[in-house]
Amino acid sequence: MSTQTTTEIPEAAAVPPPGAAPAKKVPQGHRRLLTRRDRLTLGLMATLPTILHVALVWVTALASIALAFTTWNGIGFDSIQWVGLQNFKELFTNNPQFWPAVEHNVIWFVALILVPTPLGLFLAVQLDKKIRFSRVYQTAFFLPVVMSMAVIGFVWQLVYNPDTGLINSIIGANKPGHYIDWIGDPDLNLWAVLVAASWRHTGYMMILYLAGLKGVDPSLREASALDGAGEWQTFKNVIFPTLRPTNTIVLVVTIIEALRCFDLVYVFNGGAQGTELLSILVTSNIIGESSRIGYGSAIAVVLLLISLVVIIPYLVSTFRKERRA
Amino acid sequence: MSTTTAATPVALKKRTPVRPARVVLHVVLASMALAWLAPLLWAVYAALRPYAETSEKGYVSLPDTLNLDNFINAFTQSDMTHYFMNTLVIAVPAVLLTLFLSSMVAFYVSRFDFRVNLFLLLVFTAGNLLPQQVIITPLYRMYLLIDLPGITMSGKLYDSALGLVLIHVAFQSGFCAFVLSNYMKMLPHELTEAALVDGASVWRLYWQITLPLCRPAMAALATLLSIWIYNDFFWALVLISTGENMPITSALNNLSGQYFTDPNLVAAGALLTAIPTLIVYFLLQRQFVSGLTLGANKG
Repeated sequence: MSTQTTTEIPEAAAVPPPGAAPAKKVPQGHRRLLTRRDRLTLGLMATLPTILHVALVWVTALASIALAFTTWNGIGFDSIQWVGLQNFKELFTNNPQFWPAVEHNVIWFVALILVPTPLGLFLAVQLDKKIRFSRVYQTAFFLPVVMSMAVIGFVWQLVYNPDTGLINSIIGANKPGHYIDWIGDPDLNLWAVLVAASWRHTGYMMILYLAGLKGVDPSLREASALDGAGEWQTFKNVIFPTLRPTNTIVLVVTIIEALRCFDLVYVFNGGAQGTELLSILVTSNIIGESSRIGYGSAIAVVLLLISLVVIIPYLVSTFRKERRA
Repeated sequence: MSTTTAATPVALKKRTPVRPARVVLHVVLASMALAWLAPLLWAVYAALRPYAETSEKGYVSLPDTLNLDNFINAFTQSDMTHYFMNTLVIAVPAVLLTLFLSSMVAFYVSRFDFRVNLFLLLVFTAGNLLPQQVIITPLYRMYLLIDLPGITMSGKLYDSALGLVLIHVAFQSGFCAFVLSNYMKMLPHELTEAALVDGASVWRLYWQITLPLCRPAMAALATLLSIWIYNDFFWALVLISTGENMPITSALNNLSGQYFTDPNLVAAGALLTAIPTLIVYFLLQRQFVSGLTLGANKG
C-alpha cells in the first residue's frame, strides 16, 4: 500500500498502517562522524521533550496507581495513609454510580461501533465513487468533527430541551403533562446523548475509511468487476478485506473515544443519573464537592487498566511491523 | 430523471446517461447531509430570532424578525474577546512548542539508530492514547504544589496559562512525534548522510535539512493541533479555577449560566465559539483531513 502512494503525496503514505513505511537502518559506522557537540545536541533533543512528556503523563499515571491505595485529603504529604485495597472494595461494592458508569462506557462503545462506524464506512464507500458533489457531502458530514464536544453539547441541548427544543416542539411534547425529558430522564438521556456522539463519530469514521479506500488498488476492483461480481460482492470479498489496517485503527479509536467521553455529557447534563461515566466520576472527585484523592485515583486505575488492554496489543502489533520493515 | 432519458441520442453520447441508481444515491446522500446539518441550522435559526418572539410564538414558527442582536449581545455582554485572547495566549505557544519538541524527538528516533528509539516512540505513543482522566488527579495535585511566584499570575502552575500550555505540549507531543517520525523515515537517507560527511552539524541537519522537507506534515499537524487545543474543554475545566482565566471553550459553560440567560443567547454564544474552528476548517480542510488520517491512531 505504501509503495503506490509514495509517488503522489508523501503524507498519504503514512496513512494506516502506521509504521508500514520502510525503515532503513542507518549503518552503525555513521556515528563516528558525530562530534562531541553533535552528541550533546542529540542527547538534549531526545531528553528535553521526553522529560516533559514523562513527568506530566507517565509519572502522573503511576502516581494515580500509587494514590489508589491510599487516602489523602490533599493537605500536606503527612496525611497520606496507606489503606490497601480499601478504595477498590468500596468502589466495587458500595458505590451506586460505579457499575452504571462501567455499563454506560460499554454501551457507549457498542453503540458507536454498531451504528456510526458502519454508517461512516457506507458513506466513505459511496463518496469514494467518482460522484458529483462528493466534496459538498463530505464537508457536511465532517463538520461536527471540527467542532468542540462542548459546542456539540450546547447545540444538542437546543434540540433536546424539553420546553423549547426542536424535537418536543415538533411532536407537541413540550406542554405540561406531555413532557418528554430527553436530558433528565435516566431511561432516555444516555440514548439522547449517544445520538449526538454518533452524529460526530460518523464523520470521523467516514474520513478514516476514505483514506483507507484511497489505498485500495483500483485494479482489484476492475478484476472483480470483470469476473462479474456485483457491487456488494466486490465490497464484501475484495474491498473490505483490504481495509483491515483501517479497521484496526477504527476499533482502537472508537474504544479510546468511548473511554474518554466526557465533555459532551458534562455540558449536556453534568453526568446526571442515567449518564454516569467513569471519566465523570474521576473528575467529580477532584472538582466536585468532595475531594477524595485516593478514591478518585482508584476509578482512574480502572480506566487505565481498561485502556491498557487496548493500547498494549495495538502498539505491540504496530511496532512489530515497524521492526520487521 | 425522465427528461434526461428522453434526451436525443447525440446528447446521450456526449454525457454518460444518468443511471437511476445514481439518482437514488444522490437523494440519499443529500437528505442525509441535510439531516446532518439540521442541528446546526436549528441553532443558527434560534440565534437569529429575538427571545421575546420565540417565547411568544414558540420555537417552531415562522420568523417575524431575524437579526444579529443575539450574537452581538452574547459577544459584548460576556466580554468574549477576553476569552478568545485567553485561548490565543494558550494555543499559539502550545502548537509551536509541540511541533518543535516532537520534531526533535522524531528526528532523533528516525535518523539515528540508537537502541532506545523504539522504546522512546512507544512511550510517547502510548502516553497519547491514555484517557486524560487517568492522569488528572495527580496532575491537579502537582499543579497545586508547584510554586512559581512572580512567573504566573496565580503564583502556581495551577490556574495559569503556562500550566495549560505545558500539559497540551506534553500530551500532544506523543501523537506528533509518532506521525513525524513515520514521515521522516520516508525521507531519503542519502540526504543526511551526505550532509554528515560534508561536516554539517546535527543541529543543521535537523533545522536546515530535515525540517524544511517536513513542511507538509508540519502544516497538517499545526492545523490539527490548533483545532484540538482550541476545542479543549477538560484540561482547562480542572486546571483553571478562576473563571476569568479560562479559554473560550471551557468558559462557555460558565457563561451560559451567567450571561446567556435564554436559549437564543446560548445558541448565539455556542455558535460564536465554533466560528474560529469553522474558518480554519474551511480554509485548511485539506490539511486538517490529511493530519487526521496521517496519524490515525488518535482518539
